[in-house]
Amino acid sequence: MFSEEHKNYLKKVKRQNKIVIFFKIFIILAFMSLWEICAKLEIINPFLTSYPSQIILTIFDLFKENNLLLHIWITLYETIISFLLASIIGIIIASILWSSKTIFRILDPYLTVLNSLPKISLGPLIIIWVGAGTNSIIFMALLITVFTTTVNMYNSFITTDPYKIILMKSLGATKMQIFSKLVFRGNIPSLINTLKINISLSLIGVIMGELLISKQGLGYLITYGSQVFNLNLVLTSIFVLGIISYLLYIIIDLLERKIK
Amino acid sequence: MSDNILEIKNLSKIYHNEKGEMLALKDISFSIKKKEFISIVGPSGCGKSTILTILANILKKSQGEIKFNIENPKIGYMLQEDSLFPWRTVLDNACLGLEIRKEKTEKNKNKVINLLKKYGLGEFINSYPDSLSGGLKQRVALIRTLAINPDILLLDEPFSALDYQTRLSLSDDLKRIIKNENKTAIMVTHDIGEAISMSDKIVIISNRPGIVKKIIKVELKNPGTPTENRKDSNFIKYYDMIWKELDNHV
Repeated sequence: MFSEEHKNYLKKVKRQNKIVIFFKIFIILAFMSLWEICAKLEIINPFLTSYPSQIILTIFDLFKENNLLLHIWITLYETIISFLLASIIGIIIASILWSSKTIFRILDPYLTVLNSLPKISLGPLIIIWVGAGTNSIIFMALLITVFTTTVNMYNSFITTDPYKIILMKSLGATKMQIFSKLVFRGNIPSLINTLKINISLSLIGVIMGELLISKQGLGYLITYGSQVFNLNLVLTSIFVLGIISYLLYIIIDLLERKIK
Repeated sequence: MSDNILEIKNLSKIYHNEKGEMLALKDISFSIKKKEFISIVGPSGCGKSTILTILANILKKSQGEIKFNIENPKIGYMLQEDSLFPWRTVLDNACLGLEIRKEKTEKNKNKVINLLKKYGLGEFINSYPDSLSGGLKQRVALIRTLAINPDILLLDEPFSALDYQTRLSLSDDLKRIIKNENKTAIMVTHDIGEAISMSDKIVIISNRPGIVKKIIKVELKNPGTPTENRKDSNFIKYYDMIWKELDNHV
């Protein structure tokens, strides 16, 4: 079937895969154990650092007593809504900018300023304008995500091969056809990349918003935990947040594979 | 004169930018008969491609007259780059023009499938362009151009991106396909040999501003495929003639 050399090659690939998986798991186990042991032996102050077994226990407690699922749901809900809104609005603005060089030239400086402005500085304003609630958190996350989406997508739209555009024109394509059949279709890979960035930006925005104002959500648990000096609660919330952001990333990743 | 499918009279083109203007083409006049194959040769940057972009309606002319002696002329434009869309199969690429014109009927689609089969692309119909060689890709590009059933084909250095071997065999293919399908064609090239071996008529354009230096009618002793034509005894005569015309302006 296969030559000796090919068999050796396959063996080598398999061995390397095993090494990767082993160390992936080893690092997390080693870190957790070290953390647990150091805290138990009080080499580090367990009150400040908590430790893995206690975090697991806290998660169960939060489930039972504090409705952890509700907090997770609130954070997820705000993230998904702002992610969807920012992605759709950003793509629409980018398409408009692509369709007219003049509009782009007019709006360019505004976009640059808005994109580089640290949106968290708008937090207090947003709370006053929109009110202290879910809406202002979504708005905040939207602001953080939408300009990056616009700039990223516009930049990839304009890199469309000019010869392909000439080809479309020579076939008599309208601007709309050029956009849908070539510019947008051809930039789906960069769209997926933008979505990957967006999901984490939205999560950042939501948590920032929740830290500032909320009464629910994981960001709220973190603020609350730090206010009552319950660092165990803070670390537990961060731990849950880490898992959520990883899962969201995986969902986009699956979407990407499905499209390919 | 009525057998001319296209007449160009005193065509001029000026390019503008903020620094100034540049006269690219001046008083270009020539005509083409049905089923004729014309080449436009000239030094690079002389504006020869501009003529095609104007004919293809991508750029506007500055002055002059372009007269088609047919109603609603359909124009097929083929470039140096195959510009195939990597996310479309060979068949879907070839049908792009039909799709844009909303003429992708079952009948037209079958025509394209037949063209692909006829010209050696049958086994690649459902493949993606990535798996094709440069020569095959350019052949798909030609069929994409033919799919809309154009009255005139405009070929802008269609072989420039290919290696020499592929170039020769593809120019044979292209000439054969154009002849079989009874098409009229205008090709831009900087390769003198290519022009002589493929054309009935050669328009020589001089450098900036591009003006028509000379129009040569090619009459070979034993016309055949482009590769065979390169061995024709008149070939070298025309080669020298064109070379001298161009040489004055280097």
